[in-house]
Amino acid sequence: MASAEPDTPEAVGERRGFIKFFCAFIGTLISLVPFGAGIWSYLNPLAKRDSGDGGDGFIKVTTIDAIPADGTPAKFTVVADKVDAWNRFTDVSIGAVYLRLVDGLPKALHTVCPHLGCFIDYRPGNNDFFCPCHNSNFKLDGVLVAGGVSPRAMDPLQIDVRNKTEVWVKFQNFQPGHSHAVPIS
Amino acid sequence: MKSLLDWIDHRTGVFQITKSVLFENIPGGSRWRYVWGSTLTFTIFVQFVTGVFLWMGYSASSGDAWESVNYIQNEMTGGWLLRGIHHWTAQFMPLLLLLHLMQVVIDGAYKAPREVNYWFGVLLLLLVLALSLTGYLLPWDQKGFWATRVATNLMNLVPFAGPEMQKLVVGGTEYGHHTLTRFFALHAGVLPGLLVLLIVGHIYLFRRHGITPAEPVIKRNAYFWPDQVFKDVVACLAVTVAVLGFVLWHHGAHLGAPADQSEPFSAARPDWYFLFLFQFLKLPFFAGENEVWGAIYIPGMAVGLICLMPFIGRWNLGHVFNVGIIFVFLGGAGALTYLAKREDVAGPNSAKYLKAVLDDARDAHRVTALAKDRGIESTALSLLKDDPKTQGARLFAQHCASCHRYDGHDGLAVELAKAVPLDELEKRTEMTSRFFSGDAVHPDWLARQSSTNEWQTVRSLLQVKAKGPFDVIASTKPKDAPEAPDLKGFATRQWIRDLLDPDKYISARYFGGTAHKDGDMYKKFLNRKVRRYDTEDHIMLDAIAVALSAQAKLPGQAADDQSDAALIRKGIEDLKDNIGCIDCHAFGEPDPDADGPDLTGYGSRQWIVDFVKNPEHEKFYPDNNDRMPAFGVKKILTDKEIGLIADWLRGDYFEPPAADPGH
Repeated sequence: MASAEPDTPEAVGERRGFIKFFCAFIGTLISLVPFGAGIWSYLNPLAKRDSGDGGDGFIKVTTIDAIPADGTPAKFTVVADKVDAWNRFTDVSIGAVYLRLVDGLPKALHTVCPHLGCFIDYRPGNNDFFCPCHNSNFKLDGVLVAGGVSPRAMDPLQIDVRNKTEVWVKFQNFQPGHSHAVPIS
Repeated sequence: MKSLLDWIDHRTGVFQITKSVLFENIPGGSRWRYVWGSTLTFTIFVQFVTGVFLWMGYSASSGDAWESVNYIQNEMTGGWLLRGIHHWTAQFMPLLLLLHLMQVVIDGAYKAPREVNYWFGVLLLLLVLALSLTGYLLPWDQKGFWATRVATNLMNLVPFAGPEMQKLVVGGTEYGHHTLTRFFALHAGVLPGLLVLLIVGHIYLFRRHGITPAEPVIKRNAYFWPDQVFKDVVACLAVTVAVLGFVLWHHGAHLGAPADQSEPFSAARPDWYFLFLFQFLKLPFFAGENEVWGAIYIPGMAVGLICLMPFIGRWNLGHVFNVGIIFVFLGGAGALTYLAKREDVAGPNSAKYLKAVLDDARDAHRVTALAKDRGIESTALSLLKDDPKTQGARLFAQHCASCHRYDGHDGLAVELAKAVPLDELEKRTEMTSRFFSGDAVHPDWLARQSSTNEWQTVRSLLQVKAKGPFDVIASTKPKDAPEAPDLKGFATRQWIRDLLDPDKYISARYFGGTAHKDGDMYKKFLNRKVRRYDTEDHIMLDAIAVALSAQAKLPGQAADDQSDAALIRKGIEDLKDNIGCIDCHAFGEPDPDADGPDLTGYGSRQWIVDFVKNPEHEKFYPDNNDRMPAFGVKKILTDKEIGLIADWLRGDYFEPPAADPGH
């Protein structure tokens, strides 16, 4: 008749190596399956690339007449279609740009601070740009005023004037925190 | 009953466990300084309970998050209380964590054999901060949105894989649905799960090693129950009372205007316990590429140093060093927090910061009222974008205020106070007042004596010690003098009556800054004729003002227009037959010879829209338009935008009932 008492732990430790290996290895492996599936889907943003709308990336923002003639910058909302995961939105604001006229030609600057991404303000009293978060100052042409903590000047955006008066801007966002502008894609 | 309890105990051993928990020995007896761990456990319990109930009302998507939080806060029975408790408890937790950490370090409770438990505690501290950070975004309001952008952009600085990490946390390249779903999963799933694991480990190790008695031990040992439990309960009660006090004071928790990445928000700040880091990054040393030091390396080293305290504490003066370091850290963080707050309320750009706070509150109240009145068809943000009161004012500020004014400002001022005495005004400009008060006044904002039209900065009024009372608005004085009429009250009876006053007509409030001050209206009519009018003629002008204003069909004057039908008929008669307005203006039918604006439907929505589209149209100023752009013809503004401006000028928008407590 077999003993009712199990083997001592020490005795178990000396044999049945395959079963123990099987338990540890397979147990770990099957436990990792749900993590693997989850992490694979979590990494989805790294696999996705902006497919774009197939166009040249320029978006009509306004007309030249809407930009102050005296060279004062004005903020304009950039309106475009936007895909947000499972939704496609038509004609929604996707950001903003500052436009000003220099010798009659429009120039565009991104409103987002290259430091950490706050919305840069135009200060009429000082006639400059100012980031309300970490106090970086920029001149009207976007150049960083000495002493500011931003690693680079405000990001200029390409402009195309179409049909004589329409102002089209190649709107894109850039990685903050670097001394050179790296487009986010 | 006893047999039932015995049965349960026999099957579960619950009484034995309870007994071992309650009858833990405390060397030196109970102390008030031991309460922080228990209060933290209690606040985490509160956060779990309120968080789960909030979860039942929350929807994590960029089109629903703000909307669902607004519903919880303003529509759901008891929602404001639930959200308020969750929010304000979260505000207290960092404070309790700091007190707990200080107690642990000062008492040397990090020393062997309690190192692992100490590290568990540090991890718990970091987890609670991560919970706060992820929770900040979830309402998807302006403050949370812009502040979280800063926080996630910091990840971009991490060496080697920063941009990829940011993309994973944000859920893509743009902030949207997946940012919220990921933050919410962290906030309500991953982080609380880790928190529970660590708390179980923390309490297990705490029980295993026992409490570290505060030296000197002068009292006799005692059990945890009931003396220490009593002190813990009193401390938890104090926390609860304090939290409820804040909840009642604020009627829940602040919810700003919906996130809008096209609208500036000059008050993007983290919660109070991250302000020191926010201020730290302003230091010139961290300019440019050195930012990574201020954002990642130095905070990382500080946390590393805190983790190394058990080893440092082994040296002769190690414990003294550790205690000193904790005080240095706390003192530095406290000083930076104070500087950040001070800069916001009394720094060179504080007027803008405080105005942004008020703008946000105004927009938040507005969108809440709109949502309550008409429901949300697509998103709350679209309610604001289609709202004349909000969007009309913004468009006016951008496109019209370089020449026109609206009550002396750009249309975006926030009214702060009516008839406030000078002494009171002075108090409200003080920094301490602004630190704590929501209705403070910045010295650079505008005030005017109640009987005048002229706005001046509060600062200049205080300097000359002018007599009060004053009305105060949050708006800074526009850089340039006005060049076109002030359109506050446009087409109202009073506005038209003042227009017919020769002196007011050529004042800056009307046409003093335009070529019209030298036009026929002034020279041939107002200056030549009206200045000689007798009382009877002025009564006719009064009637004309009423009649012309009725053409506008202003919603705010509808009742008066209805009751003054006879006066309006007389005014039209006077306008046509007695005063001679139709010598220069068309009225009722087209007049090709007229050289002044057509007065038919003057001030009506269609009239304003047509005028803004093309002031040089033959109905208005075909030959003598003075610099007013043809906003429609030149496609500066869309038809919808012009309509929003017209509706805003006419006051033709929804207003909630005055007695509504939500506003």
